[in-house]
Amino acid sequence: MSAGRLLRLVAVSWYLHLKMLHRSMFDSVMQVVWPLFFATTALLVYRATGDRDALSYAATGAAVVTVWSAVSSNASGILQRERAFGTLELLVAAPAPFSLSIMSIVLAVTTTGGYAVAATLLWSRFVFGVHLAPAWPLPFALALVATVFSFGVLGFLLAVAAVRYRAVFALGGALELPLWLACGFLVPVALLPSWLRPLSWLLPPTWGMQAVRAAAAGQSLWADLGLWAGSTAAYAAAAVWVAATVLRSARRHATLSLT
Amino acid sequence: MSVIEVSRVSRHYHVRSGLRWWRRQEIQAVRDVSFHIDAGETFGLLGPNGAGKTTIIKMLTTLLLPTAGSARVLGFDVASQPGEIRRRVGYVFGGDRGLYDRLSALDNLRYFAELYGVPARAQRQRIAYVLDLVRLAGRERERVEGYSRGMRQRLHIARGLLHDPPVLFLDEPSIGIDPVGARELRATVSALADAGKTIVLTTHYMYEADELCDRIAILRDGSIVAEGSPADLKSRVSEGEVVEAVVHSLPADAIARIQELAGVRSVTVRDLDRAQVLLVQTKPAAQLAAEIAGCLRGTAIQSLSVRAPTLEDAYVELVGGT
Ligand SMILES: Nc1ncnc2c1ncn2[C@@H]1O[C@H](COP(=O)(O)OP(=O)(O)O)[C@@H](O)[C@H]1O
Ligand SMILES: [Mg+2]
Repeated sequence: MSAGRLLRLVAVSWYLHLKMLHRSMFDSVMQVVWPLFFATTALLVYRATGDRDALSYAATGAAVVTVWSAVSSNASGILQRERAFGTLELLVAAPAPFSLSIMSIVLAVTTTGGYAVAATLLWSRFVFGVHLAPAWPLPFALALVATVFSFGVLGFLLAVAAVRYRAVFALGGALELPLWLACGFLVPVALLPSWLRPLSWLLPPTWGMQAVRAAAAGQSLWADLGLWAGSTAAYAAAAVWVAATVLRSARRHATLSLT
Repeated sequence: MSVIEVSRVSRHYHVRSGLRWWRRQEIQAVRDVSFHIDAGETFGLLGPNGAGKTTIIKMLTTLLLPTAGSARVLGFDVASQPGEIRRRVGYVFGGDRGLYDRLSALDNLRYFAELYGVPARAQRQRIAYVLDLVRLAGRERERVEGYSRGMRQRLHIARGLLHDPPVLFLDEPSIGIDPVGARELRATVSALADAGKTIVLTTHYMYEADELCDRIAILRDGSIVAEGSPADLKSRVSEGEVVEAVVHSLPADAIARIQELAGVRSVTVRDLDRAQVLLVQTKPAAQLAAEIAGCLRGTAIQSLSVRAPTLEDAYVELVGGT
């Protein structure tokens, strides 16, 4: 299939899965409301310090974190859901690259996380009076999108691994909180114990978040973005490889149709 | 040229049972099966639940690897050339699953048209065509969750036909559909056969296989126990007669006594709710009705009749009845 066709496949598939995600009103509302509780807690804690910059830090961190919550708790469940619908086998049996089909579903989930980002930023602005005034607004927005995208790629890896290993389903949920910490959403990575720092460096969202902060402070973000791009590409390549391996293994071990 | 060639294919599964997860048990789902299907044929895989029909279909649609043997579809190897096969075959299974309930039928078809690489410009026309073919035109904007079983099944078939595949796999398409829906479904399948598609159909309904298939393979416990045209299979039993008796509380030794009668070919018993159906297949002109009734003395006989054998009788004899 040509690149244009594949792009169209991703777009249509993303749109239709997003449509399905929106059809569950309760889920959609919770997806936006739940992060506000979290943001409120973080902002109340940071407000006690009386530091305006810290408050901006918390608001941005809380906003980004919501995307990871949406992705980590749903990504591996997506495959479980497709399996329960009986559509997982159809996705595999179709000629379209399986990785792309899954990636578009994960992107749809990531997109719903994006709503929570907007909600959190508005909440911070109007309830807590946090004026985000990034020194470089456009690079700031770019870095924010980059960070969100890298969550999508991590979710993609989790999702394809879940095709074969159902334990990954639980792993997705278990990874939710550690990543909050490791990627420096609420606490700068520099404050982490030194043995934990190398782990942070291996995670693309860390670099995305650094770029976000750099843009906010008016410092150069290109080095961080470079590292973000490199690590994200590495994870994406790993996920594509895992997808191929896992599919071969699923054909051998008959794990596609289990519920 | 054969469109499908299956040679000596086997497939087993490993299962771990309950608490004893360290114990692996091996299930032989398909044992050393061979057959071939020519272009334009409708081929039936007939057998009771668990006979291995779905396993064979999944190996041919590249969802499962054979554990032994090899198979080719349109000349491509199922193990090493899955991409070539996936582009050229349609796969439809029966039951409620396999569709996105929260989307309309139209959105479901749009999605799969993308997955199957139907060119963007041709999609609108192709989707309208398949909707028309399965008589769902006009209902396509409704969500699938409101569809009846029969409508879902027809939508399934429409999905399988989007990319106009020359080969179509239908795995128990009529399961759970009411008789009218099943009849409509058979009409759709025979229209596809008339249009020149090669069709592999699995079912456990004899009349369905009889009506639709050019050739049938009967499966039992993963092996093919008979293969041929419906007429061939019928002729295996057609020289005899069938004595069918509906009885209450059949004594254990009655069956043995009947089996010993000269001219009896096979005896099968099927349990109904409160009664049992005894089927005795006899050699031609054996005239055994009276003797069989004699063997049943002391048993309440609800009815007893003599008739010509049907394909169902051939099937019951081959798979052993239950
Ligand atoms: N994924 C699986 N894991 C373990 N056993 C399986 C699996 N799929 C099928 N089986 C077993 O293999 C046998 C054949 O099943 P199947 O091919 O589904 O038969 P049919 O379609 O004729 O009903 C059955 O005993 C079934 O329990
Ligand atoms: Mg089956």
